[in-house]
Amino acid sequence: MSDRLAVRKTYKLYLGGAFPRSESGRTYEVTDAKGHFLANAARASRKDARDAVVAARGAVATWSGATAYNRGQVLYRVAEVMEGRAAQIAEEVAAGEGLSATRARAAVDAAIDRWVWYAGWTDKLAAVLGSSNPVAGPYFGFSLPEPTGVVAVLAPQRSSLLGLVSVLGPVLAGGNTAVVVTSKERPLPAVTLGEVLATSDVPGGVVNLLTGDAAEIGPWLAEHADVDGIDLAGASGPLAMELERSAAGTVKRVLRAPAEEPDWTADPGLARMTPFLETKSVWHPMGW
Amino acid sequence: MTHVLDPDALSRGGRPLPAPLDPFADVTRSDAAVRAFLHGLPGVDQVGAEARATVLGTRSIKTTAKAWAIDTAISMVDLTTLEGSDTPGRVRSLAAKARRPDPDDLTCPPVAAVCVYGDLAGIAKEALSGTGINVAAVATAFPSGRASRAVKLADVGDAVANGADEIDMVIDRGAFLSGRYLDVFEEIVAVKEACGEAHLKVILETGELVTLDNVRRASWLAMLAGGDFIKTSTGKVAPAATLPVCLVMLEAVRDFRAATGRQVGVKPAGGIRTTKDAVKHLVLINETVGADWLSPRWFRFGASGLLNDLLLQRQKLRTGHYSGPDHVSVD
Repeated sequence: MSDRLAVRKTYKLYLGGAFPRSESGRTYEVTDAKGHFLANAARASRKDARDAVVAARGAVATWSGATAYNRGQVLYRVAEVMEGRAAQIAEEVAAGEGLSATRARAAVDAAIDRWVWYAGWTDKLAAVLGSSNPVAGPYFGFSLPEPTGVVAVLAPQRSSLLGLVSVLGPVLAGGNTAVVVTSKERPLPAVTLGEVLATSDVPGGVVNLLTGDAAEIGPWLAEHADVDGIDLAGASGPLAMELERSAAGTVKRVLRAPAEEPDWTADPGLARMTPFLETKSVWHPMGW
Repeated sequence: MTHVLDPDALSRGGRPLPAPLDPFADVTRSDAAVRAFLHGLPGVDQVGAEARATVLGTRSIKTTAKAWAIDTAISMVDLTTLEGSDTPGRVRSLAAKARRPDPDDLTCPPVAAVCVYGDLAGIAKEALSGTGINVAAVATAFPSGRASRAVKLADVGDAVANGADEIDMVIDRGAFLSGRYLDVFEEIVAVKEACGEAHLKVILETGELVTLDNVRRASWLAMLAGGDFIKTSTGKVAPAATLPVCLVMLEAVRDFRAATGRQVGVKPAGGIRTTKDAVKHLVLINETVGADWLSPRWFRFGASGLLNDLLLQRQKLRTGHYSGPDHVSVD
């Protein structure tokens, strides 16, 4: 045994490109699948959520204004950095989800592949979802997908990494910025993902990761007038219903919660990207 | 520098300088006397002032007290636009916002004043007629103050003629920092005379004064010369209004009233952007000079962005959910 003191990690929020503790000062115990203590994670409060929305709003212009090609490059870079830290992330996934090392590593690989997949979509969305419209007049008519803006994401509760990547990737690929409430009981892979994002050219504020309870923070995000859309993937039955109802007050885009957590390894298709894209149609006089 | 050899010859046409209020009537009899007085003021403990301001900034103001603080802060705002790109249209829209900061909520109080450049004071005056909201105009070669006294006085006269109720002047920081205090004093006196009925706010530009000792001296000099308000900054120099600076200025107006019986207002300007900042200032007033200064007559916030944050917080209290910048006007 060496005498070296353990360098314990403080698990913090990822907010506006920085790693603050919760404004409330609260933490909560995170345990592994067998109930053994793993870490103390920051327990985000409604004020952290508010600050995260301000940060996300501030980043909208930069992220949505970047070219689709550039967004793809940046997201691909995230996958590169994740690849380098795959071992650490796999350990956290294994502990949190109670998987064997092999299966955890497979989940991390699937998450990285999923991220690359969404990185590839950034500059293809306009071609697939946009159109050149036939019009009966001397005009061109174009329809283009544009990002919705600030999207709140309640990440899946069970799948702590692949699930998280599968809901965050589509929001970012379309050019939105995100405020994510992570899985409550399995937040550690998300914290590490925050560290990956901070070191991979993603502008601060584009992704904000709040560890804590979706039932506590969710309602504030659903009611928040400056949140344009909300993905309820991590909310269960009655909570999801309540959040849908309060999101209606500010006419948000709502991606409804699935009845139960889906198999995230399935081919995602476009289903999670289109809800947070707005179609803009432009008429343009025909030149001659 | 004719006026250094003979201070009265250039600017006052032989008339004597009016003496400050008792018991300070004789402190401006000569340059040496002013310097002796200002340098005789007790030194400011900078570390102590910063610590005091920090401690007062940690007070937790919630629920009904917060609602009161927000409404009070809104009523103290000097809604400001001081850009080279200002237009009559922009000033009119600012005036509309000043009258009714939150068009959705009739219980929201109007602001105290609209602060513009002198040439646009007439537009603001017209747009605000009958509302009780004052028009403040910056003058005296704002923001640098680098012009001859004749030009500065003409600038003031022009703003007053355009209908300004309040004049925000800048002191000559060059003269102040090189120790020509009587020059600064004379200039403030001359501007005060040119103001006529209009209230005079004296901008110290504390960001250029470097030390808190200088802030205290400049505050006293401005009050002795007859300023109705002392104001921290132009908003064009960083750092602008900070809590320690505001603390020192509040102590100065408190001590000045205790000595002479005359009350002078305080206006921090520049750098106050959030409701939290504004509430910290209100706490600072209450704990330093007392509730006498907790009114728009004696305390103002010079700000443009602050009002929107106050409105967002007000909407949050009213509706129970967070509001967003889409729900207040862009300015």
